[in-house]
Amino acid sequence: MSDARVIPIGGESEVPEPDAAEKVATRTSSTGPDAERSSRSNSNSAQTAGSPEQTESEQLPGSDYERPSWDERVAGALAFLRRRVTGEYSVDEFGFDPELLEQLLMAPFRPLYEKWFRVETRGLENVPDEGGALVVANHSGTIPLDSVMTQLALLDHHPAHRHLRILGADLVFQSPFIGELARKSGSTLACAPDAKRLLTRGELVGVWPEGFKGIGKPFSERYKLQRFGRGGFVAAALEARVPIIPTAIVGAEEIYPLIGDAKTLARLLGLPYIPVTPTFPWLGPLGMVPMPSKWIIMFGEPIHTEEFPEGSADDPMLVFNLTDQVRENIQQQLYRLLVQRRSVFV
Amino acid sequence: MGQVVLVTGVSRYLGGRMAQMLTRDPRVDRVVGVDVVPPPDDIGRAEFVRADIRNPIIAKVIDAAKVDTVVHMGVIATPLQAGGRMSMKEINVIGTMQLLAACQKAPSLRRLIVKSTSSVYGAGSQDPAMFTEAVEPRHAPSSGWAKDSVEVESYVRGFARRRPDVAVTTLRFANFIGPTVETAMTGYFSLPMVPVVMGYDARLQFVHEDDGLRAIHEAAVADKPGLYNIAGDGILLLSQAIRMAGRPPLPLPPPLVPLTGRGMIRTGLADFSPEQVRFLTYGRGIDTTRMREELGFTPKYTTQEAFMSFVEGRGLNRIVSPKRVGAAEQALASVLTTGGSHV
Repeated sequence: MSDARVIPIGGESEVPEPDAAEKVATRTSSTGPDAERSSRSNSNSAQTAGSPEQTESEQLPGSDYERPSWDERVAGALAFLRRRVTGEYSVDEFGFDPELLEQLLMAPFRPLYEKWFRVETRGLENVPDEGGALVVANHSGTIPLDSVMTQLALLDHHPAHRHLRILGADLVFQSPFIGELARKSGSTLACAPDAKRLLTRGELVGVWPEGFKGIGKPFSERYKLQRFGRGGFVAAALEARVPIIPTAIVGAEEIYPLIGDAKTLARLLGLPYIPVTPTFPWLGPLGMVPMPSKWIIMFGEPIHTEEFPEGSADDPMLVFNLTDQVRENIQQQLYRLLVQRRSVFV
Repeated sequence: MGQVVLVTGVSRYLGGRMAQMLTRDPRVDRVVGVDVVPPPDDIGRAEFVRADIRNPIIAKVIDAAKVDTVVHMGVIATPLQAGGRMSMKEINVIGTMQLLAACQKAPSLRRLIVKSTSSVYGAGSQDPAMFTEAVEPRHAPSSGWAKDSVEVESYVRGFARRRPDVAVTTLRFANFIGPTVETAMTGYFSLPMVPVVMGYDARLQFVHEDDGLRAIHEAAVADKPGLYNIAGDGILLLSQAIRMAGRPPLPLPPPLVPLTGRGMIRTGLADFSPEQVRFLTYGRGIDTTRMREELGFTPKYTTQEAFMSFVEGRGLNRIVSPKRVGAAEQALASVLTTGGSHV
């Protein structure tokens, strides 16, 4: 499939690099574990990570970026469609379909990332180019757009174009369509066996340990971290001996300011909450347009777990302490970023 | 002196082939096949004994032939094969109990191999991506073949406790597939339109019929006691399998599924039982590390290759064939590129 090309749907923002075309070709043809690995291994030749001050989003769809010709794009799109129709692609054991994610599922979120939220990433160099690592971040925004944006940041802007494998709540996988899309985009159920399996395979795993308590909290409590579950994610990282990367996301709190919760209705429908925002449900579908807040995703200094002795995952006191340390670290990063921020929208 | 092997369920396709394979093995002196009906196909040099494993007569067969290895393949997967759910349950559960009772009394017995299924893990949204042999099922199966298999396995565990001198190997297979074997899955994928549950895409694993039989064979001639998952490498999504089979899917809204399932069972079109529906909704993956490292078995076919072998071997009339899709791609490309090259 060496003729495969990225089909720019919406705001595609490939950086003009001498070896960009080759890199793109590898990425799009990554339909199996081997291809995935190869795309990761040729990462060192790719662009350097943005320094903390440099915004990645400045690199808008470049005028000097040579788009593939119309013929090539048509051929690429048709080849993609043919593979889809005849089933000539492969998914991993979790049901992850990298080609579908990169070419189709992420397409609607790219303009949102680049133009609407103008996401700025910092500390991408703290995320390793290869091998297992656990990204732990704060959760906010009424609907979990923050996890999608983090996934996109690491896929499009990390030099190694890493896939973030998100651990999702039970409810996600119970729901029709949502559960199916979550699996295809690389998510799996947040449970100990799956977390350990992904990390020992050398995958980059993302968790939002606040869960529904985080995204469903009222606007008045913005940027206050909620309770961090039972620390299962820390135990998984300790067991797999991979670094934990505390990550702070600023901007997501303001996209849908939650001012109320239709609790009774939510209980009737078996949902964790039903949001009431200044625009939703009052403006109907128009109320679902998120506020154009300016986002910063800050990947913090990794916490190394290799130093802990073997069997630390079975020491509850150590797990609790480390969980607290990660939580405190993220909270401090959030405060620092908020102080630096001039306005919600700029 | 070579082994004397007793194979149950020998009149069905897999049992018959197993008996034949064992007769060709130089380590095996004698193969005795048991079933309630005579085998439709040639079972080679294997001797056929018409006996119902639900009947104590089986003990006499084991005793007379001095059987040292029992390969239990007599568990039936679909009611269609047994003539109703009642007799299926009886053959599966009571049959296994009788067989194990006979085995317990047989001093010559050294080895017991049980063909079980990965459906004992159930299927549901809370499942881990891959089941290892040690994981407790979170959605234990409540009906059908899967529940029978859970009960069969529990009797086998009981037997292993009472006869510690017998090496007991239980093989939990992913769905068998291939050019010849007839299963609920092969019937399902041969339907002109394949019904699926809307909004879900199950993860499937298959084992090729040749690989499955090789695994049983290897367990029968070597002492490898324990519990092993057996499956081809890799995963296929249900949607992907349907595309590879060149069939159009028929998405059904969940409330319509039970009715459709009952209709399909009644008309004998396919086994769309509640257990099967759960499997085709949530799917299931089994981890095969133990199969590779402890049983020392490597399948020749991946899940995808096994499925293709079924599609090609069966000569499925692929309505959406790769040839037609390729032709359509070229036609479209020529229209779009010549007409729009200056855009």
